[in-house]
Formats: sequence, structure tokens, C-alpha cells
Amino acid sequence: MNLWLVLAINSITLAGLLFLLSAGFSLIFGLMRIPNLTHGSLLMLGAYFGVSLIGWGVGFWAAAVCAALGVALFGGFVERALLRRLAGAELAQVLVTLGLSFMIADVCLMLWGGDPVAVDTPAAARGSTLLFGTAFPTYRLVIIAIAVVIAAALWAMLDRTRLGAMIRAGVDDPAMARAVGIRVSHLFTIVFALGAGLAGFAGVIGGPILSVYPGLDQDMLPLALVVVILGGSGSLVGSLVGSFVVGFLYNFGQAVFPELAYVILFLPMLIVLVVRPRGLFGRAAP
Amino acid sequence: MRRTALAIALVLLAALPFWVGNAYYTNIAAQILIYAIFALGLNVVVGYAGLVSLGHAALFGVAAYAGAVLVNAGQGHLVVVLGSCGVTISVAAIFAVLALRGTGLGFVMITVALGQIVWGVAYRWISVTNGDNGVSITARPSPFGLSLATAPAFYWAVFVVFLAAVGSMAVFVGSPFGASLRGTRDQPRRMTALGYNVWLIRFLAFLLSGFWSGVAGLLYLYYNQFISPQAVALTASAEVLLMVISGGTATLLGPIAGAALVVIIKNVASAYIERWNFVLGAIFVAIVIFMPEGLVPGTVRLWRWTAAELRSRGAARTAEAAPRERTP
Repeated sequence: MNLWLVLAINSITLAGLLFLLSAGFSLIFGLMRIPNLTHGSLLMLGAYFGVSLIGWGVGFWAAAVCAALGVALFGGFVERALLRRLAGAELAQVLVTLGLSFMIADVCLMLWGGDPVAVDTPAAARGSTLLFGTAFPTYRLVIIAIAVVIAAALWAMLDRTRLGAMIRAGVDDPAMARAVGIRVSHLFTIVFALGAGLAGFAGVIGGPILSVYPGLDQDMLPLALVVVILGGSGSLVGSLVGSFVVGFLYNFGQAVFPELAYVILFLPMLIVLVVRPRGLFGRAAP
Repeated sequence: MRRTALAIALVLLAALPFWVGNAYYTNIAAQILIYAIFALGLNVVVGYAGLVSLGHAALFGVAAYAGAVLVNAGQGHLVVVLGSCGVTISVAAIFAVLALRGTGLGFVMITVALGQIVWGVAYRWISVTNGDNGVSITARPSPFGLSLATAPAFYWAVFVVFLAAVGSMAVFVGSPFGASLRGTRDQPRRMTALGYNVWLIRFLAFLLSGFWSGVAGLLYLYYNQFISPQAVALTASAEVLLMVISGGTATLLGPIAGAALVVIIKNVASAYIERWNFVLGAIFVAIVIFMPEGLVPGTVRLWRWTAAELRSRGAARTAEAAPRERTP
């Protein structure tokens, strides 16, 4: 198979994972106005939950869903127990998420050790699939399909349901949303748990590709930051486009300039910051 | 009273290697002073400009890496210092131009991302930075022929730089520039209306902050004779931010007290447990939730409150003095 085609499919797969990670990050940023610095840790936590569940004999997909639910519960708890106490003090909230990310990373290191854990690709999705006369690795196609389905579901939820309308109202004008009777603080918990769950889910299904290791959180958090700075906060389309840009740059950059791939990744972010600080699809200045 | 206290503190600090008499503790004192310089530098941006940076370890690290590369290229002390400061100020200027596109949380996010870029360069640009293994220098340079090899000698060298840092901060805080910087923090619109160039004031403050961070980074390199990507990581930026916040932002003493606190806890904690990051995170969360104004202002507030309470009780008991209106 053609090297560039392989790179392209890898890029789209990474973009799918990044979308799962950054959609939640972006919604939390849009609604609660804080960059959630635990987001990378939530992904890592989900990945480790998944590893343990699979180790106990739970099937891969069941483990992914359970891990997502576990991380969502944890996220909801963090929002209720810690962030809620600091309502209105955004900077303090960011610092709490930062402190929490160090604690999660250290607990993961303590419980699961420092060695990278390889996650086996689920049996049904091994091997390759013939598509348009070319063989593609099946598991990557599955990830792309899942990302597309979740993106569509998120869009439908935000655009077509009552809950989505309330969230959009909260993003646009929290004070007005409160005034018309929407319990914005409830939305905070829901959105935080949803974002955490998506990140945890991405951690498990990304396991076979990224593997699970200490430092996964620090590797993924900047990618989510770049996606959101690129796409603009609170915008689903922005996350999607940002994820694609970062996914492609990361894989192609690593193939062409291995030593500077990480820096190339940030170039579009710098350009966007200079030209359009609110992000490509952002409405208000961050 | 204040002057006497200050003089006593200075004499005690200057004579520290004598009354401590132990190379290990003298070295810890040197570490505290190095981090105090770093925290004072960060405090210019965080405290006086009201812009929270989570990327300052990058400036600290750039200075150390530049210094290490120059030392290993066989350059003399003067070239190392000038080159390292020059590189750091240039990087700080780039940081400032980009990060000042946002304020508030936008500024935080951009500094995180910029810090991670520098970390990525330190980690992956193996031909210059030697990747995860870091860069070592064989010996501490000896400026003006003075050997810095022993713990007391190095401590005194750091102490002199520390005094310069504190002195420059005191001058800066009292200067019209310091006042205008505080103005841009509290009332940016009003400052603009008054004809001040808010962007330029913030930019210059960032450069000043970057300069002292770089000085601390270079001292750190001299102290450890080693620099690795760990010193550039987000954890390192968070650590120094914790020093500033725990001590109390926008005070002179706060960052120094915070640096002492964090370095001591770090050394004590690492003697008993290896979970320093957990402790760091927990202190962070606890301070933000319970003592958001920092330890020094928090203690001062508590002290004044206690004093006022005692005084009013004394007055009530004897019931002789007329109630005095004294705002704490």
C-alpha cells in the first residue's frame, strides 16, 4: 500500500480520536469558560480503566463503554465537589483542574506502574478490509466510523433536542439562560460528565493505536488545546476541522520532519492566533 | 522597626553558610534563592499585570539550554551569560506577542501551548538538546576567576543575584511603570482612555519577567550542571506558579516565601515518599480552595484580625478607652 495513503488513513484515525477528546473539551470551554486541564488525564484514566477491565475478562467494547461511564461519573463528581465550590472564579477552577491532573497522573503511575501497556485490537476488527480495491486496516476504519457516528449524535443532540437547545443557550448567554429558567449549573455537571465520558471512551478505543503509558495525558492535552484554539471554543464544527488539521499535521510532520513534528503541529495555531484569535469557528473572543 | 527586621534578615541570609555549616542545607538554601528569583520574575506577570502564565518554565529552560550549549561550545562566562539572556529575551518577546493576543483564560491557554512547544523541542530535537537524556556541563564556570565549586561560594553568588533581583523588583514596583502596569491590570479600558499603551506596558512587563526567569534558569544550570526536558514541562510551570500563588501574588515577600515553602516541602516530601506530583497537586487544590489570597496575605490578615480582636477585648474589659475607629 502506498505510504501516503497509509499516512492519510492514520491521520484520519487520529483526527477521529482527537475529535472525541476535543468535542467535550470545547463544549466545557464554551459553557463553563474554563480550559479543563484534566482532559488529558481523563483520557488516560479511561484508558487505564479499560486496560483493567479487559484484564478481568470483560470484552473490549463493553470495557470501553464501562470505562466511559466510570470516567463520566468521576467527571460529574469533580464538577459537583470541587469546581462548583469555585463557581464564578474561573482562574481558580483552572488551577484546580491543573492540580487534579497531577494527582490523577501520579495515582495512575502508582496503580498501574510505569511500563507502557499494549492493548490488543478486538478480535473482530483485526486484519484488513478491501475498500475501492485497496486494503485498509479494519480497526482504523472502525474508529473512523465510530467518530462519525458520535459526531452525528452530538450534532443531533445539540441541534435537535431540548437539552441541546439549553446548552446552546448557556454557551451564548449564561445570564439570560438563567433568567429564563434554565438551570445552568445542572448543565455544567451534564456537560462536564459528557466531556469526561467521551475522553475516557477515546482513551480505551485509542488504546490499540496509542498504547497506554504514563505521560499519555501530557501528550494529548496540548493536542486538545491546539484543536480548540484552532477551531474556536464551543463549536462542534470547529473541533471537527481542528481535529483534522492536527491529525494530518501530526502524522505527515512525523514522516517528513521527525525531529520537529511536534513544533509543526503548533504552527497553524500560531497563525490562527495572529490572524483570528477567536479561532476559525469561534464567535466571541476567548 | 521594618528596617531593623530587614537588616537582621539580610545579615542572617548572608551568613547562612556559617550558621548552617552543612553543604546539604546550604545547597537547599541556594535552590530556594534560585526559585525565589524565578517566582519574583513570574510574579511581575501574574501579580502586577494580572496575566496568569503557565508557560514560564519554557523561558527558564531556554536560558538553561542556551547556557549549556554555549558552555559546551567552550565559550567564556561573559558570552554564556549574555548569549543566554539574549536568547531568553528573544523567546520571551515571541511568547509575549502571541500570548497577548488573548487576556484572561485565552492568555493561560496560549502560554500552556507555547510552553508545550518548547518542551517538545527540548524533548525531540535530539541533535541539540540530547532529548530525554538532557545536556550536562562538566564544571561550573568561574566568573571573574572566582571558583563556584563549593556550596558556600555558589550560595553567595546566588545571593548576590537574588539581592539584585529583589532590589530591581522594589524599584520596579515603586516606579511609574509599576503603577501603570497595575493600572492595566485593574482598569485596562480606563488606562487606554487615559492614553496609555496597554499592550506595550504588558509586553515590557513580560520581557522583564522573562529576563528574571532566564537568570534563574541559568543559575539552575550552574547549580545542577545539567538540564533536561523535565525542567521545561508543564509541571515545572505549575510549580513556580504555585510558589507565586501560595506566597501571595503582587507582593514582594510572597513569591520568596512561596519558593521557600515549595522547595522545602519538595525536599522533605521526597525524603519520605516518591509521590511529589501528588503532593504538589493536592497543595495546589487546597490552597486555591481554602486560602486563595496566598499564605503571606492570608497570614497577615489573620494576624491583624487576631491583634484587633485582642485589642478590642482588652478595651472592652477595662472599659476605659473610647472606641477607636481603626480599619484593619
